[in-house]
Amino acid sequence: MNHLGFKLDKVKVGSFDFTCCEGCQLQLANKESTLPEFLGLIDIRNFREISSERHDDYDIALVEGSITRSDEIERLKAIRAQAKVLVAFGTCACFGGVNSLKNRIPQEEAIREVYDGKKIETMPSMKISDIVEVDLSIPGCPVSKDEVERIMVGIVTRSAVSLPKYPVCVECKQKLNTCLFDLGEICLGPITRAGCDAVCPTGKTACLGCRGPAEDINFPSFEELVLDRKLSISDMKEKLGFYNGFGDYLDHES
Amino acid sequence: MKVDFDIDLHHLTRVEGHGNIHISVRDGRLAEAAWAVVETPRFFEAIVKGMSAERTPFLTSRICGICSISHTLASIRALERAMEIEAPESAILIRQLAMYGEHLQSHPLHLFFLAAPDFLGTPSALPLLHTHPEIVQAGLQLKGLGNEISSVTSGRCTHPVSLVLGGISKAPSKEQLADLRTKIADSQAALDRTTDFFRTLTIPDFVRETEFISLRPAEGYPSIGGDLVSTDGVVHDENDYLLMTNEYLTDSSTSKFTKVSRESSAAGALARFNNNADRLHSRAREVAASFGLEPVCHNPFMNNVAQLVECHQLMEDATLLIDRLLDMDLRDTRATWKPRAGKATGAVEAPRGILYHCMETDDDGKVVKADCIIPTTQNNANIHFDLHALAEQALREGRTEAETEKLCVTLVRSYDPCISCSVH
Repeated sequence: MNHLGFKLDKVKVGSFDFTCCEGCQLQLANKESTLPEFLGLIDIRNFREISSERHDDYDIALVEGSITRSDEIERLKAIRAQAKVLVAFGTCACFGGVNSLKNRIPQEEAIREVYDGKKIETMPSMKISDIVEVDLSIPGCPVSKDEVERIMVGIVTRSAVSLPKYPVCVECKQKLNTCLFDLGEICLGPITRAGCDAVCPTGKTACLGCRGPAEDINFPSFEELVLDRKLSISDMKEKLGFYNGFGDYLDHES
Repeated sequence: MKVDFDIDLHHLTRVEGHGNIHISVRDGRLAEAAWAVVETPRFFEAIVKGMSAERTPFLTSRICGICSISHTLASIRALERAMEIEAPESAILIRQLAMYGEHLQSHPLHLFFLAAPDFLGTPSALPLLHTHPEIVQAGLQLKGLGNEISSVTSGRCTHPVSLVLGGISKAPSKEQLADLRTKIADSQAALDRTTDFFRTLTIPDFVRETEFISLRPAEGYPSIGGDLVSTDGVVHDENDYLLMTNEYLTDSSTSKFTKVSRESSAAGALARFNNNADRLHSRAREVAASFGLEPVCHNPFMNNVAQLVECHQLMEDATLLIDRLLDMDLRDTRATWKPRAGKATGAVEAPRGILYHCMETDDDGKVVKADCIIPTTQNNANIHFDLHALAEQALREGRTEAETEKLCVTLVRSYDPCISCSVH
């Protein structure tokens, strides 16, 4: 692959999944219009979902999912030992994701509800950084392929990669959407990190905060907004708790 | 010849999720053949309890990264029936189009990227970029079309944003719909090229008598709602889904198994075809006939062909649906509703087969009980018993260990299993 006449080396990538829906990995095969170019950037060394070839000489590990069983901890540590760059890939990996809703109830109760007493091993959902050091986080439920492409280009060209620091509201305003608060709905756009192109509020549904908090958010002011508009506090809490990205603020609440 | 061998495939590749195949042959006889699902459970039925009905479809969507629209719409259907919410007709049609989009994304993903390498002897679809560029291009065009239909109708292709209780939060514009109609017409050539290509592949000769379960609606090819039917003549109302599943636990799997009239049953494209071939348009019917596919087909490898036949049906149905939508007023696609206590089932045909969500709400519209039965859950027992019969057939035919292994993995992939979904 050449860029402005300079030869660029492909990066060796492994893609791995833990407790999740595999929807983030699926995005790697989406955005078909640029897929051949995207595949030109990377050398897929290990990606069980699409290939039977499995090599352990990857430099970048994309890790999707949260951790809920002891065998996953061992597998994750082995990946960490191999990878030069370990990427928490998607909301489950970055924050624990919807799997963390299970952490609100005793694990035995969850097992009883679903397996009727059968012995099943599980533990409270943990984000990847609870177990190993994470070099880079790409949040999103699912991840945005545009953002993944941008970051991968950054890695290949050895340039700096970063996530937007500002909230979803900035992107939403750029799209000239009517604010959901003005339509009487609580939206987490004012406090959630941008980078998704405000896809949910653009579809006229509330942001549920899958990308976690933006930098330097003013949470008390957000709460005030909800109270001023006489909107439901329990609805706000349900939204804040959905992806587990706002744990610190929820704890402060209760 | 007396042979001993073990096939132990841990975390089978080119399938969604984590499953293992174990085959054991002693003195030339099959000692054991087993399918085990080892995926970590996520306990969706437990975590959805206490959630508002409004938010619930956004949560259950996350059961699956490939068929999130099906999960969203199964929950919406269950909750709307439970709380007696009536969505506007325009919203019902847009949801239907979203389903077609998801199937048109999922079937090519499976056919080109997961299944085709088995028939061409490559470890993945990546080498095909060089050896069969025109076929990969056709696959990408079709998958891209499916994703675009999903995005236009539901805001995003994975984990939809605008499919909500009561209707659609933001309807597509007529311009977007007209553009989709053109793109569907432009993709027909890619589908025809694909069909010709798949006709050159050799489908293994294997038959095991199976009971096939699917929806059968009052009219049209099955998608959202309808009677639950089986090729053994069983018919049940949608709300009586438990009679069509009879879930049970096994020692080796975190996914449950199901059965109806026999020791196992099957769901998916082949099941839909076997129960509803009379509902196909003539073009899809001709394609089926050209592959020698006719109901009731008991060869599970033909599920690949049934998916291809469905792609033809979906393109035609999507075009007809867009024509109807272009003649409708799409300004008001969302009904207001009030929470209430109730209980109902929503059954939809996800790409991999019939999917049930049963939801019970309280007076405040909070979910108090949920049950989700996934297509792959309904295929687990059939995969298990098929593996046994296929391994025995391979031994009778004197096949080598490597040949037997290849047949077995191809069989499992033909079901297009969605394993993390089945465990949820």
